[in-house]
Amino acid sequence: MYGLALLVSLPLVIVTGLLDYAAYGPQFGQALPSDVGWLRLPPFDWPTRPAWLFRLTQGLHVTLGIVLVPVVLAKLWSVTPKLFDWPPARSLAQVLERLSLLLLVGGILFQIATGLLNIQYAYLFGFDFYTAHYFGAWVFTAAFVVHVVLKLPRLVSALRSRSPRGELRAARAATRAEPADPDGLVAARPGPATETRRGALALVGGLSLLLGALTVGQSLDPLRRTALLLPRGRAPGGGPNGFPVNRAAAAAGVGEADTGRQWRLALRGGQRTATLDRDQLLSLPQHTAELPIACVEGWSTRQTWTGVRLRDLAALAGVPAPVSATVRSLERAGLFNQAVLASHQILDPDALLALRVNGADLSLDHGYPARVIVPALPGVHCTKWVNSIEFRARNA
Amino acid sequence: MRESTGGFRAWYGTGLRHLVLMVACFAVTGWIVLRLVGEPRAERMLLWFVGAAVVHDLLLFPVYATADAALRRLLGVDAHPGSGARVSALNHIRLPALAGGLLFLVYLPGILGQGGSTYLAATGQHRQPYLSRWLAITAALFLVSAVWYAIRISRRPCRSP
Ligand code: HEM
Repeated sequence: MYGLALLVSLPLVIVTGLLDYAAYGPQFGQALPSDVGWLRLPPFDWPTRPAWLFRLTQGLHVTLGIVLVPVVLAKLWSVTPKLFDWPPARSLAQVLERLSLLLLVGGILFQIATGLLNIQYAYLFGFDFYTAHYFGAWVFTAAFVVHVVLKLPRLVSALRSRSPRGELRAARAATRAEPADPDGLVAARPGPATETRRGALALVGGLSLLLGALTVGQSLDPLRRTALLLPRGRAPGGGPNGFPVNRAAAAAGVGEADTGRQWRLALRGGQRTATLDRDQLLSLPQHTAELPIACVEGWSTRQTWTGVRLRDLAALAGVPAPVSATVRSLERAGLFNQAVLASHQILDPDALLALRVNGADLSLDHGYPARVIVPALPGVHCTKWVNSIEFRARNA
Repeated sequence: MRESTGGFRAWYGTGLRHLVLMVACFAVTGWIVLRLVGEPRAERMLLWFVGAAVVHDLLLFPVYATADAALRRLLGVDAHPGSGARVSALNHIRLPALAGGLLFLVYLPGILGQGGSTYLAATGQHRQPYLSRWLAITAALFLVSAVWYAIRISRRPCRSP
């Protein structure tokens, strides 16, 4: 039963994880880890529509990953007797299979542990998260696929052998252990049943629901405060800028000194450079769009952004049909102080250099004087405190 | 031909398909290991990978199995096999205990207030440890379970022999 639930849901976690990698734009060398050889999805352009695409995929990845924890533990609980099998190996095939199970079990626990620590900002592991979580995912995926191919026939026959409805209806006193199985998983001398099968499933399902209830709030604005135990259940103050921040200005080393009246935006296109101050930007045609911003850590929020369309800025720079653009931030250090946008991400009518949010100026923590917001683009690439944008034409 | 596959089975333990799958699985892992050997702190990754499985199997699993056995003994559950009529408190303790333990495990960094400086850099807020929230949620779960138990008992007052 738990096996079936995992068979259906784990592929979703794997695929949404790989989509996260694709959303970074690996074709510009800006996905992490940068060199993964052939271990990746086939290259494609991450779309800008639907605007909630990344919010959905990454929200699913993290929420599903958390909700599955009780199912994974229950599955491990149900197979643990095998672990203490004696003698440990009767044939070469069995030795190899046990090794592959170590990759399977170690893999899923490693992914869960690194993922959970990452979204809660506790980098206790001391190694690079991207490298570990990305390659860990492939070790796990290979072991998972092999495990499914080997065990699928057994799963089908186990589910066929007894009526699932009958088993679920049975009262506790009538709950009997399964008949002996070829893998020796069923206990030889089981204790008296203290729980019905229905009860055991309800327990695991209930625990999953509990985790889900305490997690979804980080991705749904009206429920934000229900994520009682997660960092993103807290809204930082009220007002138009009262939504969660990722990377505070102080941590980025950006202060009033760089963002005051002397701030200028440099627009480059080929040999040309145009320089604009904030008032000039505000006097250009303004566009307002309601767009979600979704962090790679799985949380997200939807806000109303106002600013200048990126395609208008491209035209101003003399590159009306850019193939790509590099956006740089005032932030000097930091992994995400610049990002490359693809052509369709610049030309989308809702792709903005935002100056205002919810009718007020951006706060410093949200990227004042100006930040990028592009539909379906991961939050880390919606560069804050923008300093310059360099548009590239086809032959540049 | 038959002869040789039979020989392979006897030597290997099962069919050729199994071996092909195993080789494929280890090829992917082997390729990744070769790629990661030069990586800074690769040995820590290995430690966490193997450690995750070991901690689960040799620490977590025995802990919850032992706790459960102790609880059963305390409530005398094993002494009344199949006594379906008696309302047992076992699951009413197991359930909130499991739930509280699970929440602790999953939201551990927040509950213990780990990683304060990374948290501040990312969110612009100071970390408030969620220990009291976790205790309150766990207490509420125990309370609901106890009330539910009381209702079950009061519903069958004169059932005992
Ligand atoms: C079977 C389990 C899992 C698999 C196979 C998996 C796979 C992946 C993959 C391939 C990525 C892309 C990494 C990259 O872009 O470098 C990813 C990203 C991520 N995963 Fe998982 N994951 C799993 C479980 C989890 C869990 C349980 C959580 C947390 C609760 C989690 C949190 C994350 C986060 C936060 C990222 C974004 C990293 C970033 O781009 O900054 N994952 N995952």
